[in-house]
Amino acid sequence: MDFPILSAITFVPLVGALIILVFKKGQEELIGRLSIAFAVVPVLLAILLWVNYDQDLGGIQFQEDYEWIPVLNSRYTMGIDGLSLPMVMLTSVLSLLAGLYSNFTIKERVKEYFISLLLLEMGMMGVFLSLDFVLFYVFWEIGLVPMLLLIALWGGPRREYAAIKFFLFTLAGSVLMLLAIIAVYLKTDTFNIIEAAAAQPWADNIGAASLAFFGFFIAFAIKLPSFPIHTWLPDAHTEAPVCGSVLLAGVLLKLGAYGLVRMPLSMFPQVFGRFVVDIPILPILAVISIVYGAMVCMAQWDLKRLIAYSSVSHMGYVLLGLCAGAAGIYLGGDYLESANLGLNGAAMQMFTHGVTTGGLFFLVGMIYDRAHTRELRDFGGLGVQIPYYYGMMLVTCLASLGLPGLIGFWSELFVFRGAFGTIPLYAIIGGLGIVFTAGYILWKIVQHMFLGQPKERWASLPDMTSWEKATLWPLVVTMVIFGIYPMPILAPINGFMHSLVENLAQILH
Amino acid sequence: MELPLLSIIVFSPAVGALIIMALPKHRHNDIKLVAAIASAISCLGSIYAFFTYDTAAGGIQFEEQFAWIPAIGTSYHVGVDGISLPLVLLTGVIIFAGVLVSWVREQRPREFFALLLLLVTGVFGTFVALDLFLLFVFYELAVLPMYLLIGIWGTTRKEYAAMKLTLYLLIGSSIALAGVIVAYVDAGLGTFDLLKLAEAGFEPGLQTLLFLPIFVGFDVLGGLWPFHTWSPDGHVAAPTAVSMLHAGVLMKMGAYSALRVGVLLLPDAAQVWLPWIVILTVINVVYGATVAFAQRDFKYVIGYSSVSHMGYVTMGVATICALGSSPEGAQLGLSGAVMQMFSHGVMTGIFFAVVGLIYRRTHTRQLPELGGLARKLPLVAAAFIIAGLSSMGMPGLSGFVAEFQVLMGTYKAFPLVAILSLIGVVVTAAYILRFTYMVFFGPLKEEFRGLPPISAAEKFALAFMCIFIVGFGIAPGYILQIIHTGVSEFLAAIQ
Amino acid sequence: MDLALTAWQLSPELVLLVAGLVIMLVDALRPRESDSGWAPYAALAGLAAALVASVSLLGREPDVVLGVLAVDGLSLVAKMLALVAVAIVVLFSGPFMKERASRRGEFYSLLLFATLAISILTGASDIVLVFLGLDFLSIASYVLTGYVRESKRSSEAAIKYFLYGATLSAVMLYGLSLLYGLTGSTSLDGVAAGLAGGSVGNGMILAVLVLVMAGLGFKIAAVPFHQWAPDAYEGASTPVTAFLSLGPKVAGFSVLARFLYFAFPGEVQTNWVALLFALSAVTMTVGNLTAIWQRNIKRLLAYSSIAQAGYLMIGVASLSTGGLVPLLFYLGAYLFANLGAFAVVVAMSRGQSGEDIGDYAGLAQRSPGLALAMLLFLLSLAGIPPLAGFVGKVGLFLSAVDRGLIGLVVIAVVNSVISLYYYLQVVRQMYLLDPQRDEDVAVARPVRATVLVSVVGVVLLGIVPMLLLPLIEQAAGAIIPGS
Repeated sequence: MDFPILSAITFVPLVGALIILVFKKGQEELIGRLSIAFAVVPVLLAILLWVNYDQDLGGIQFQEDYEWIPVLNSRYTMGIDGLSLPMVMLTSVLSLLAGLYSNFTIKERVKEYFISLLLLEMGMMGVFLSLDFVLFYVFWEIGLVPMLLLIALWGGPRREYAAIKFFLFTLAGSVLMLLAIIAVYLKTDTFNIIEAAAAQPWADNIGAASLAFFGFFIAFAIKLPSFPIHTWLPDAHTEAPVCGSVLLAGVLLKLGAYGLVRMPLSMFPQVFGRFVVDIPILPILAVISIVYGAMVCMAQWDLKRLIAYSSVSHMGYVLLGLCAGAAGIYLGGDYLESANLGLNGAAMQMFTHGVTTGGLFFLVGMIYDRAHTRELRDFGGLGVQIPYYYGMMLVTCLASLGLPGLIGFWSELFVFRGAFGTIPLYAIIGGLGIVFTAGYILWKIVQHMFLGQPKERWASLPDMTSWEKATLWPLVVTMVIFGIYPMPILAPINGFMHSLVENLAQILH
Repeated sequence: MELPLLSIIVFSPAVGALIIMALPKHRHNDIKLVAAIASAISCLGSIYAFFTYDTAAGGIQFEEQFAWIPAIGTSYHVGVDGISLPLVLLTGVIIFAGVLVSWVREQRPREFFALLLLLVTGVFGTFVALDLFLLFVFYELAVLPMYLLIGIWGTTRKEYAAMKLTLYLLIGSSIALAGVIVAYVDAGLGTFDLLKLAEAGFEPGLQTLLFLPIFVGFDVLGGLWPFHTWSPDGHVAAPTAVSMLHAGVLMKMGAYSALRVGVLLLPDAAQVWLPWIVILTVINVVYGATVAFAQRDFKYVIGYSSVSHMGYVTMGVATICALGSSPEGAQLGLSGAVMQMFSHGVMTGIFFAVVGLIYRRTHTRQLPELGGLARKLPLVAAAFIIAGLSSMGMPGLSGFVAEFQVLMGTYKAFPLVAILSLIGVVVTAAYILRFTYMVFFGPLKEEFRGLPPISAAEKFALAFMCIFIVGFGIAPGYILQIIHTGVSEFLAAIQ
Repeated sequence: MDLALTAWQLSPELVLLVAGLVIMLVDALRPRESDSGWAPYAALAGLAAALVASVSLLGREPDVVLGVLAVDGLSLVAKMLALVAVAIVVLFSGPFMKERASRRGEFYSLLLFATLAISILTGASDIVLVFLGLDFLSIASYVLTGYVRESKRSSEAAIKYFLYGATLSAVMLYGLSLLYGLTGSTSLDGVAAGLAGGSVGNGMILAVLVLVMAGLGFKIAAVPFHQWAPDAYEGASTPVTAFLSLGPKVAGFSVLARFLYFAFPGEVQTNWVALLFALSAVTMTVGNLTAIWQRNIKRLLAYSSIAQAGYLMIGVASLSTGGLVPLLFYLGAYLFANLGAFAVVVAMSRGQSGEDIGDYAGLAQRSPGLALAMLLFLLSLAGIPPLAGFVGKVGLFLSAVDRGLIGLVVIAVVNSVISLYYYLQVVRQMYLLDPQRDEDVAVARPVRATVLVSVVGVVLLGIVPMLLLPLIEQAAGAIIPGS
């Protein structure tokens, strides 16, 4: 198909933002509707992509390649494959839902808000679709500022602090990444991500390769976020406006994970493997994220902060899965199958977490709107008073927990299958995390909020409105349907991971 | 005869200055009008030159040469190439914006605008001079108006700052002059012509001896650590338009001359000394940024940010050390340096204009006393944020184009330096954010509720400068072409 | 001997002599009460005539009149510089002297006699004539310094000047007689021949040089023979100060150049070059550093003149590599700048004392033209382009480096920056501070004319030095090849 569908997906939000620019104050409704319209288009295009993506063929499809900055040898190259396809879908859907939700909740400086939202969507899409390092970096950076604005202008009481912290942490990471990109370019003479990975720079010099590896790794680990550089996250999530948190947790964190697969894993598999198997720094970080994250959740009384820390924990699973994959590739032979599983799990968890945590943040926003508090102690017995909400929340929580039958189950299953096969010790420790997760979800959230005696205070609390339901249903449906039948998501991911594992194994052995 | 475009650009401000001095001192509007017209002529001329430069042909264009003092071997020889052309454009932009920003100046406007225009003649002349004697004449011509501009119309400790600045700059340029004279005599050609002297070549021993006086002598004006101390005080004391010119253009004059004279004439010595000098530039970048972060006075923040960002320029120049091993690295590094000169020039012009605008209204420069101004002056905030993002290297703005190239080149030549300089980027982001937050966001103080809004002249000046930052950020192709042409020729010349 | 030719060659001197005598006599013969307003004009006429005579002599083959007085490019150009200088002094001294002295005819004749002495000195090729000329000049200078008899300061300055001068003259005479004893000749060529054999030891030559330098250094106010200058400059009336800052310097440097180059050529040269290096460096530095503390403008300009002598000595040190041309050019630049500065001082001192720097406060607002002129003069003295001083300094540096005196150039460069500091103090007063008084400064027409001429000189020679340079080059090249 000749139509540059990928560019369209990426830049349609930009067009929307530019059009909104000319609107004046007083036309908020129109702005809101227009934003939704511009957010719908990428969703439709994403569906189109999904349907037309040839699973059997696999690999990069719908590639676009134009000259861009000749003096730097950087080209405008976009493409989509099994890894980015679910991510694109996730991004477009969450952005649409966020736009929808914002229509009803954001009343101040509406114009700037929707412009930021649309620009953010563009940045996120661009990162997933770029196949050129410079392009990747540009989109990565472009996504920072709208998020900064979203937090700083529409956020909670400590928003400026949280926004600046977010920005600086991420910038520090991207600056490291920039250096690593430059180093790779100078070594491989190309800015094309796929080509650079194929070239396997410094394959013979493990020292130099490690430096470049960590350049990328640290940058993406900040975004993931992984312990110990996760400290920006709780504040950012807590202070951000609802949709900011949704997109931050739902998509932005996945940028980190995506980057980890595309760059450190694909380019320096032996370094990754070394630091998982021989010098197990990375799996240690992963399990600490999982367990520590979960334990901190247990101690939280602010619902939003709790969910924020749950992201740390859940993204730890992603890292664990990646470690499993790297280990398997590194060890080769029989371990390859486990590697494949582990990686599948990681990628699936990217999708899953986006859906579930996105939903959770929406739900937090909804309760805060009504009750004007997020303190778990304040709640109780809501199950009786707002049953619809309770139902949605319960499903989402259980999906986050990994209950079989819901989407979370599959990603956790694969991660642990893979981990047990390659790095069993860490799988066991990580498994602890599941226990804690169940703990905080069931005990802290479900019990405190919904069970027990209903409180006088909440007697007249309204249940979900129609648009709130409209926001949440797509997510819940996803959680259920793909929980029962995960193949549509799993297939492209597996296709990608399978060939990745094969390729890397071949290179290494 | 062809139109002597460069001479028009250079001397139009001087002519304007003369006309202004002839006007009676109370006719403020006429004075400002003449200033605006004179600077507009130069600005338009530089834009015209910029867009009609033939990149395919390259080399020196718009050349003019007349005999001047044959006794010493100096001629009036001017021309631009890919390296000096962006700087000429920069000067045109900044002076025009500077005149607009100074429109409300009521204290002795006649002398003020006359001196401002005279200063800019010196700057233009330095960038286009192809004869060393001529270069010095223009270089030093710019120094004295600075003294008077800061000393008469300045603020904090103006006399001290003015004297310090003048003496520092003069010492630096005098030492460079001494070095140049020695080179002149050694070449034995009896000419000050830059191109001829460059061809002459000097023996390595002499080069090594002369390089430091000439390069560092000029780069004092470029703010090279530890000779930068005149800069923050000078920046802060100077009135707004003067700060814009000072940080935006004058400092580039120093770095440019260091490159054009020091490196072109003494390339072998450059290879020897620059690896040491590059250490100084890292200190510039990191130290400058760190000190900027610690300031309470927001003009000092910007002053130190200039010291920091000029470090990237000299850093990029230093990448020519990689010429042997990786010509591409040197090409990128040097191009980045030139681009940074342009980008930072405009960016800091915006910064100082914003600072001046705010100070004029709030009469305070202390960060803790400001706040919430985005509500009253949204366009000012927007302009500052654009410039601020550019200074952090945000893609889509000209600063990214510059820093990316410098980084690439530096990594090739001095990998450790590149890594260390990144610290500067993060600290830069920190102080920019701190500034933005403390000045523009947060609660609006009672006393600021009635601030006068931005005037048309100020609006135009800011928008004009922002166009270049954004335009060359999104579509850097044209300017990069020009710069790359100039840089390749320069590198070829020194090999 | 061709009397007509000799007369022509000596015409400048003769004109000056006659003019001086005429003025003196007429003034003596006229009644006491009558106005002496005609005197300046008569003096100017005399100077103009002498100038015409000098110009007419240009371009001819160098010649030595009566075996003692050279008529060549150096002497003619220096003579012309001196004549122009004194003419300017006469011009702006008119109103000034009118206020202070009733009988002024003597003043002008004294000036003309002094100029005569200078004129002789520019061409003196015999050590006896050198000494005679110097003493003649000195005596005229002493009297001029003390001219305004009523002022105690003037008298004190004159006495100091006289005492110093007499002592140093004696020292120089001793040196000169030693020279005669060693070489058996009083003409410069004869001396050179006498020293050529190498029969005289280096130490002896150095000693002689130092002794002679005492007298010459005294005239040009070089360190350490400069002590008289600040007091004399401050004490004398301003036009005389202006004259003192120019006239003796022109004379002194002409003698110095001619003396050293012709009497001590060859290997002996290294001796005096080294001596001059040292003297120049010390003079510049001491002059500049001391100037920093001065609050009296005339003292400041005095120390500035001392420093300027230092720069000029660079030209002498590099005579063999073409230093003569920049030396003469710089003298011209210095002439306009210094005289202009003193003219401004004269303008400022009408009525009040006006000699403290503080009196210049806010001058830019009281009288912008005057302030601008002063600014240009000071900048030219500092060597800032595009003024004449810069071109001159670069020229001096070029020949110095060519001679290998890089260290001296570095010292000179540093000194220029130091000098800028104290020149800027005056600028600071004029521009940065607000005026103490409000009234405009009334400037008499002749003074105004002087200032204007000086400004034109300083600016024009800076931007188009080719107006003067070819003349100097041609003239200098005739005597010292390679100039």
